[in-house]
Amino acid sequence: MKICVLVKEVPDAAVEKRIDPSTGRLDRSGEKNLNPFDTHAIEAAMQLKEGGALAVDEVVAVTMGPSTATRALQKAVSLGADRSVHLSDDALAGSDVNGTGYALAKVLEAEAPDLVLLGQQSDDGECYTIGAVVADHLAMPSLTQVIKIDVEDGALRCERQAEYGYDTVMVELPAVISVGDAINEPRYPSLKAIMGAKKKPLDAKSAADVGIDPSRVGYDNARAHCTDFAAPPAKEPGQIIEDEDTNETVEKIVAWLDERKLLA
Amino acid sequence: MSAILVYALHYDGAFNKNSLGAVSEGAKLASELGTECHAIVVGEGVSDELASSLGNYGASKVYRVEGPEGLAQPVVDAMAAAIEAGGHSYALFGGGLLGFEIGAGLAARLDAGVCMEVTNVRVEDGKLVAERPILQDSQISSVHYRSKVGVIIGRLNAFEINETGGTATVEDLAVEFRPHSLKAKMVSRGEQRGADVNIEDADVLVAGGRGLGKKEGFDMLEELAGALGGAVAATRAVVDAGWYSYSAQIGQTGKTVAPKLYLAAGISGAIQHKVGMQASENIVAINKDSNAPIFEFSDLGIVGDLNKIVPKLTEAVKAKKS
Repeated sequence: MKICVLVKEVPDAAVEKRIDPSTGRLDRSGEKNLNPFDTHAIEAAMQLKEGGALAVDEVVAVTMGPSTATRALQKAVSLGADRSVHLSDDALAGSDVNGTGYALAKVLEAEAPDLVLLGQQSDDGECYTIGAVVADHLAMPSLTQVIKIDVEDGALRCERQAEYGYDTVMVELPAVISVGDAINEPRYPSLKAIMGAKKKPLDAKSAADVGIDPSRVGYDNARAHCTDFAAPPAKEPGQIIEDEDTNETVEKIVAWLDERKLLA
Repeated sequence: MSAILVYALHYDGAFNKNSLGAVSEGAKLASELGTECHAIVVGEGVSDELASSLGNYGASKVYRVEGPEGLAQPVVDAMAAAIEAGGHSYALFGGGLLGFEIGAGLAARLDAGVCMEVTNVRVEDGKLVAERPILQDSQISSVHYRSKVGVIIGRLNAFEINETGGTATVEDLAVEFRPHSLKAKMVSRGEQRGADVNIEDADVLVAGGRGLGKKEGFDMLEELAGALGGAVAATRAVVDAGWYSYSAQIGQTGKTVAPKLYLAAGISGAIQHKVGMQASENIVAINKDSNAPIFEFSDLGIVGDLNKIVPKLTEAVKAKKS
């Protein structure tokens, strides 16, 4: 049995994000890191493999992105993936959710996984919709925001929070599951695993390699086209207190609350 | 016809507030476009009365599909069938989890453009343009659709409910579900975890997030809330982690509140949380990370260790009040 984990390289949370005014796209330069939500997906894959209720032979990390994205794959491998696949092609740059999900589905088709796991959202574009797009292309059942997975009779018993409380859903394999960050505490990679990550197999694939129709991907073919970036109505910036002397800080908070008659 | 199709989520005999807002928004946009707003309901034994009640929010026709409830993929099949029959140009969803899943799946099925977290939709040259805040709401981008169908997924509470007093016809639509759409089965739905608490009527809410570090961190928030005469609320992350009751959860899949005072302790202020509390009159945030997004929309921000500040604040509030 094979588990594919979709991972993504995102700007480090500490780096300020901006739109490149010349292209209208997110400026993805600056420090990059593995999407923190994806580490939970890898951990979930590792726990399924180590748990033994499913006979998992292989965990494969899959990403789509520029050449630098190999760093995210190496991080994924250091966290336990056996090998990785990197879909990279100039034709894919600037793809929207629809195009990205389609392209990822084509790579996954070639891998024929029994389970696809991904993080429920990414830190940059907040596109926690990719799982549903991929699942429709692969014709697999799908669930997002899953916080508990148990194996039961070869299927997955999943729990998640939806509009009206917690739902429990039985999902047959093969399936696409997006996990929430409450599902586990990702392990830290060992030094040995970090050193060994570069030696694990990494397949580089082009769009043509996996049979991607070029008319469905890339910025020019985006079905949803982002333009005219505007600043939202300005909001008066709030007052900020750096806590140095806590007694003084608390005095200021109480005065602020009292002024607004919130302590009546 | 370039009609708009709106998904209406229901549970326990009532429609979701965000869905009713989406139907109202769809009706408003349809009238600007000179077309009609239709709604679609998928469920087990949906009554005529429930389905036709969407007319009161501006839908002229309601497609009723017999199918499983609470899961996205059967609805993707149903909406694709309705759009094939009705030639709709747009699919519209109110804020919430299922709308995201259905909208994204439908976009894949129809090779359609999709935009999520939409806060406003405008008509331009006879077409709909979706406005979406990005980068922690620091910019708003306009999204133009270049596909036959455009999928618009609203942000929580983005669309206002408007009762028109209109009526709708109910049309039963038989849908053959795809095999994969029936391979996820609901075992139990809407389980409430933790004690039932009422946070929607409180004038003061003290809310806790992951920054509390542990479940016991809520003890000091209970004390502060007690001193302020308010209640305690929580983020999804800590509710999922089992630290606090689901009924006290704010945001995307929780409650929407607008108290006089919202004091956020150890909450970073992700969009999914912000949408549930941004209408609060006064927002105070305590967080040790000066880069936390919550400081962008708080009225008073304290950068510091909540474990030091909260207990002292509780004492000071008690002293001031006595």
